[in-house]
Amino acid sequence: MIDIRKHFSIFDARPGLVYLDSGATALKPTSVIDAVSGYYRDLSANVGRGLYATAEETTARFEAIRERTARFLNVRADEIIFTRSTTEGINLLAYILEGRIEPGDNIVVTALEHHSNFLPWKRLAKRCGAELRVVPFEENGSIRPDTARSFVDSRTKIFAFSAISNVFGTPNDVSTIVRTAKALNPDILTVVDAAQAIGHTAVDVRELDCDFLAFSGHKMFGPTGVGILYGKSTLLAALPPYQVGGGMVFDSMADDPTYMDAPHRFEAGTPDIAAVLGLGSAITFIESIGIDRIHAHEVGLATRAVAKLRETFDDTLRILGPTDERESGIVSFTLDGIHPHDIAAILGERDVCIRAGEHCAAPLHRALSLPATARISFSVYNTKADIDRLIEKLWEVKVMFT
Amino acid sequence: MSSLYQAIILDHSKHPRNCGELEHANHHGEAKNPTCGDSLSMDVLTENGLISDIRFQGQGCAISQASASLLTESVKGKRIKAALGLGTDDILALLGVELSPNRLKCALLSLETLKKTLAQDSTDTV
Repeated sequence: MIDIRKHFSIFDARPGLVYLDSGATALKPTSVIDAVSGYYRDLSANVGRGLYATAEETTARFEAIRERTARFLNVRADEIIFTRSTTEGINLLAYILEGRIEPGDNIVVTALEHHSNFLPWKRLAKRCGAELRVVPFEENGSIRPDTARSFVDSRTKIFAFSAISNVFGTPNDVSTIVRTAKALNPDILTVVDAAQAIGHTAVDVRELDCDFLAFSGHKMFGPTGVGILYGKSTLLAALPPYQVGGGMVFDSMADDPTYMDAPHRFEAGTPDIAAVLGLGSAITFIESIGIDRIHAHEVGLATRAVAKLRETFDDTLRILGPTDERESGIVSFTLDGIHPHDIAAILGERDVCIRAGEHCAAPLHRALSLPATARISFSVYNTKADIDRLIEKLWEVKVMFT
Repeated sequence: MSSLYQAIILDHSKHPRNCGELEHANHHGEAKNPTCGDSLSMDVLTENGLISDIRFQGQGCAISQASASLLTESVKGKRIKAALGLGTDDILALLGVELSPNRLKCALLSLETLKKTLAQDSTDTV
């Protein structure tokens, strides 16, 4: 996908850049950057009540992105809540669900989770006197599709899990997990953290049939500052607001104020308008390439990288998860005798950007008894040459410590 | 940009000096960097206000471990008071590099551990 790179002007500014940290955040195509700056340059109005041309156009464009996002996920526009990030979406959700959890209930999460889909539920369980159940993962880095059979019971209120682990890169069978959990307890609320799936693989929310799903715009070529929380309209209709303030109330003077319907009820205050407009351009960018093509490209590179790493470093290298066919662009590894922070720092000095540490997934690293791992993650703009450069520089690291 | 990983740091991380336990130590202390998980523990033997022997053990990146190795080498035989007076600049001088705020924490873990260790009650006096 050499032609794709021309959309990313950062490669002109930094020709030697090997960016292998798209799991943290994706680089931004020119069209997204233009959408953000174009808003400030040409519109610069607030959304909502303005009765002049730029305000009306801003509101129309903003709401059009809501509809575009809904189509992208195969859901309804009033099921799309604009948030700041995955983290904010899940915290929002944990906040508005508090009234539904009673002492003796339980919340199920997995040991694969990023802290953003772990800590909000841990805190909610503690606040409500509920039990937090942590599902272990399989060797390949996924949870068993029928995992609910061992962890879900009549007192389970919430089952939150990620679509793809941000460390293993292994996808979960979301629709089967949801179906199995619902069969055991139809009242359970299923929450999917799609941060590492969105923009990398097709996400048809109707088909997954989860109740809630959250992701960030910036991991799918969009700007930072915007995320999406999807919620089934029937559920959102019965849930209380999160923050209260401007843009979400009918009668603020009443003793018991009346609030607008979803999604605006959950969007108090001025949103990051530029970021939302940028998100729209990110969806256009993804659709212009095709999600299946993106997925195939990333999986191809990850599979190749794993093969090359193993060939070069033999048994001094440990790959987390499958060593043959990969199922996403994320690969985590360790090298004997070299701390992952040193690997990342030395590669960083050579313009090869990878990530090292716990990747905000302490439960996962505890379960594996690893203090840290090194992670590479691919996107559309990566090439086979990036892998060659990674291997070459990683070899230099190894030599330094031998 | 010059590399953080100078010969001296690589040498001390690959061949740490004063590494292990000290059986007759009269001070023991530990410290951890919660953001990256690096950890150090130190055993110190003090006599007549001097650090007569010191050993460390730890887990973590090359910077944190080399810094511990260099620091133990530098304070061995020195006065406790002098060791307690060491600061950030002294550690940077030992390592011979400039560090970003993130990596500075790695480098300073050794000093934190030493000061905690010396603060422990002991039979010796400063």
